[in-house]
Amino acid sequence: MREFFVPRRIVMLVLGLALVVWCVVALRWDWLANPKYQALILTGIWNTLWLLVVTMVVGMALAIPLGFAQAVGPWYLAAPARIFCGIIRGTPLLLQLWLLYYGIGSLFPSVPWIRDSALWPILRQAWPYAVVALSLSVAGYEGEVMRGAFKGVPHGQLEAAKAMGMPRFTIFRRIWLPQALHRVLPTLGGETVLQMKATPLVATITVVDIYAVSSRVRQDTFIVYEPLLLLAVVYMVIAGLIVLLFHWLERRVPTRSA
Amino acid sequence: MADRPVAIRVAALRKSFGTHEVLKGVSLTAREGDVVAIIGGSGSGKSTMLRCINFLETPSAGTIEIGGEAVAMRGDGSPSDRRQIERLRQSLGMVFQSFNLWTHKTVLENLIEVPVHVLKTPRSDAEARAHKLLARVGLAEKAGAYPAFMSGGQQQRAAIARALCMEPRAMLFDEPTSALDPELVGEVLAVIKALADEGRTMILVTHEMKFAREVASHVIYLHNGVIEEEGPPETLFGDPKSERLKQFLKTVG
Repeated sequence: MREFFVPRRIVMLVLGLALVVWCVVALRWDWLANPKYQALILTGIWNTLWLLVVTMVVGMALAIPLGFAQAVGPWYLAAPARIFCGIIRGTPLLLQLWLLYYGIGSLFPSVPWIRDSALWPILRQAWPYAVVALSLSVAGYEGEVMRGAFKGVPHGQLEAAKAMGMPRFTIFRRIWLPQALHRVLPTLGGETVLQMKATPLVATITVVDIYAVSSRVRQDTFIVYEPLLLLAVVYMVIAGLIVLLFHWLERRVPTRSA
Repeated sequence: MADRPVAIRVAALRKSFGTHEVLKGVSLTAREGDVVAIIGGSGSGKSTMLRCINFLETPSAGTIEIGGEAVAMRGDGSPSDRRQIERLRQSLGMVFQSFNLWTHKTVLENLIEVPVHVLKTPRSDAEARAHKLLARVGLAEKAGAYPAFMSGGQQQRAAIARALCMEPRAMLFDEPTSALDPELVGEVLAVIKALADEGRTMILVTHEMKFAREVASHVIYLHNGVIEEEGPPETLFGDPKSERLKQFLKTVG
């Protein structure tokens, strides 16, 4: 503990503390006391979090077959998978989101059987388009990552399973996929943080995430910096949690590079 | 001797990689309890011959019988019944040069993986058997260790235990000590020797001539994809007939 408090660290700590105190004292935080905004902030954080989790899970579920098809699939599966990943990675996420929401989403009302279907109350909202666009984005990027991961599993690992009479799907489920996923964990942690930072785009199609909430506060109160500071803190906390989660996941299987 | 049932019979086996013919019609019979050693220089086809027995390589022609059951093959030598191949592989414990323990599982998990998840052995039975086998190969305290934290010799002994955990009819060893540091070879050979002494059927591809002479009941010398000479170890090593074998034994040994 004594070694920690060397002069340069003390200076940094004091400066940091001073900044925090200044932020608290000199800036306006009275809007935080307003129950309306409190509820809105909680809704925003909740929406950001579930969008992140759901789209990562759905996206990875799509990325696994996309990556596998590219790594070892026949050309008629590998080629479409490669094209899909190329398109997703080659165009801005904002464009994809808008194409889905303003393009396909605005076509739906003109199709009677969609308008009359039981799904219409869902399809007329914005969040399904956000979920689809963000999931496809994860699928495109992680599909490419999984391709490398599947290819990177040493052949001997699979051969041992084969030699012991494991059926092909069992080899995939018990050996190939777990090892590929373990290989992508360090990458996946970073990609999850990137995905978190992509979620504010959904505010452009009226989904109320935490970014949309901060804009709303600014429009209502003309307070600019404070909501943005809050936004930064929220994102940093989420990012920190993601990093911790992936550290824990990585440590569950200790490996040593040869 | 000769009336023991045949465990593995290979007849007129051929294998080509592209235009290169690696095996040019080789045969082998291992009865229950036999220890067949396959020796030969690099590129002689000895590993390929072993790997054809459990169809890690697809033969180009020939017949293979495991425990009296002929493997169904198409005209080009490839197996026609995947389920039969899987079932027969479960009765052949394979040990690789590079161990190939699954790195994402502990030693115990490696041992019980196939018994529990493929053969549907109750987990407690499989674990009990695994612990017994680990004790036999001298790794009782390594059950919870990950392969990456073990020496090559330990990994190979664990791999042997993993193969044994399926209670195979025969064991196939593909140069089990070639990837080991010299001081670790002995501990692995001791385990293999103990298996031979208890009457296990095995086919062993090896560079360890002294060891082959010690454990084998029958030795096959392969050269350029043909069996140049074969017989009991005393004759093959003590009184080789073929010039090539004499030359080979001189260089290796």
